[in-house]
Amino acid sequence: MTALSDSGLILPRYRRDPEGTHPPLDSPGYKSTGLRHPKQPLVLLPHKLTEITGPLLGPGRLGEFDNDLTRQHPEEPQGQRIIVHGRLLDGDGRPVPNSLVELWQANAGGRYKHVWDNWPCPVDPNFDGVGRAVTDSEGRYEFTTIKPGAYPWKNHDNAWRPAHIHFSVFGTAFTQRLVTQMYFPDDPLFSQDPIFNSVPDEKARQRMVSRFDLSRTVPEWALAFEFDIVLRGREATPFEDEEDE
Amino acid sequence: MSTPSQTVGPYLGLGLPWDDGPSVVDEGTPGAVWIRGVVYDGAGKLVPDALIETWQADADGRFDHPDDPRGATSGFRGFGRCPTNDEGEYGIRTVVPGALPGEAPHINVSVFARGLLHRVVTRIYFPGNAEANAADPVLAAVPEDRRGTLIATESGDGYTFDVRLQGEGETVFFDV
Ligand SMILES: [Fe+3]
Repeated sequence: MTALSDSGLILPRYRRDPEGTHPPLDSPGYKSTGLRHPKQPLVLLPHKLTEITGPLLGPGRLGEFDNDLTRQHPEEPQGQRIIVHGRLLDGDGRPVPNSLVELWQANAGGRYKHVWDNWPCPVDPNFDGVGRAVTDSEGRYEFTTIKPGAYPWKNHDNAWRPAHIHFSVFGTAFTQRLVTQMYFPDDPLFSQDPIFNSVPDEKARQRMVSRFDLSRTVPEWALAFEFDIVLRGREATPFEDEEDE
Repeated sequence: MSTPSQTVGPYLGLGLPWDDGPSVVDEGTPGAVWIRGVVYDGAGKLVPDALIETWQADADGRFDHPDDPRGATSGFRGFGRCPTNDEGEYGIRTVVPGALPGEAPHINVSVFARGLLHRVVTRIYFPGNAEANAADPVLAAVPEDRRGTLIATESGDGYTFDVRLQGEGETVFFDV
């Protein structure tokens, strides 16, 4: 669980994810990676104080309706109301409590409320598509929102992004910082999406797909999807004072 | 198995920026400096849809975090966040961190952008610390001819630290 660093301090270390868990930075199917991925090899960064600590951001960052995207305007947004809930966990199944979860998404028609988004689908004046929540003592979070629509993006011929919600989480250490996307089950657009398919490992890819959750639907009101987010766990065995990864 | 990383996409500006994101410390804090820079792509073009995040110790080299075994500190947020603007520029107001046991003063940086399927991580070191920088184990692991990409330069109200994602003068990025 701990390792002696060369400073003599006892510090935890975080496990590196197996090959194939994350997309390669150079993913030619996603054209924007072309001029933006580093070409030099990454240099291994040992886990010292700056890496095993991280910002602990909690309730202070929340406004009143931050976790209910359907109540941020006087009128309700268009679209299918959904509950999105789940747990923020580390790789050992430990919940990450009191931790900030941020999300942003397109509206029911697949349009973002952003000046650069100009695809011809109307903006919804009652939907900003931005939410924040803080996990509870068991790592649980919950949002009420609208199911986002798919949208075209010109990456390749007739390219459509599967419906998705962008998620940002911190965990408790710099090593655990993660931005990901939540997808919906059985989306017919998966097969042609280079961003979803940039994740090499099939099991890892399925971690990004939420689960329809009948038990959490609200009768006469909203459907529900469950999305657990799993961050890196800590090394289980003690280490000598050397960088052996 | 961990949840995979995905790109922030072009519309990160909706969800991630905070009004107080660039202010690691308040205006008027003794020793406050601005760290400013531009993010460039492999064609030398500025990147207007990136986000810079910083994480650092306070001026005494301490973290307000339970896993810092040296004990609790001040309530120093230590975290900065700033999207790039139309000119690819970001700016963070902070204090220069103190040295850490066995390490020169540094700030960890995460860069997110459209076209980055995973954040890239780099470090800012400071030019006034030649001796400490020379003894720093992380800098020592970087090929000598590339170390300069990690050292900020002095400027009017603090420091400049540009990020080159690819190509000529490519910034050193770390595998965390
Ligand atoms: Fe998107």
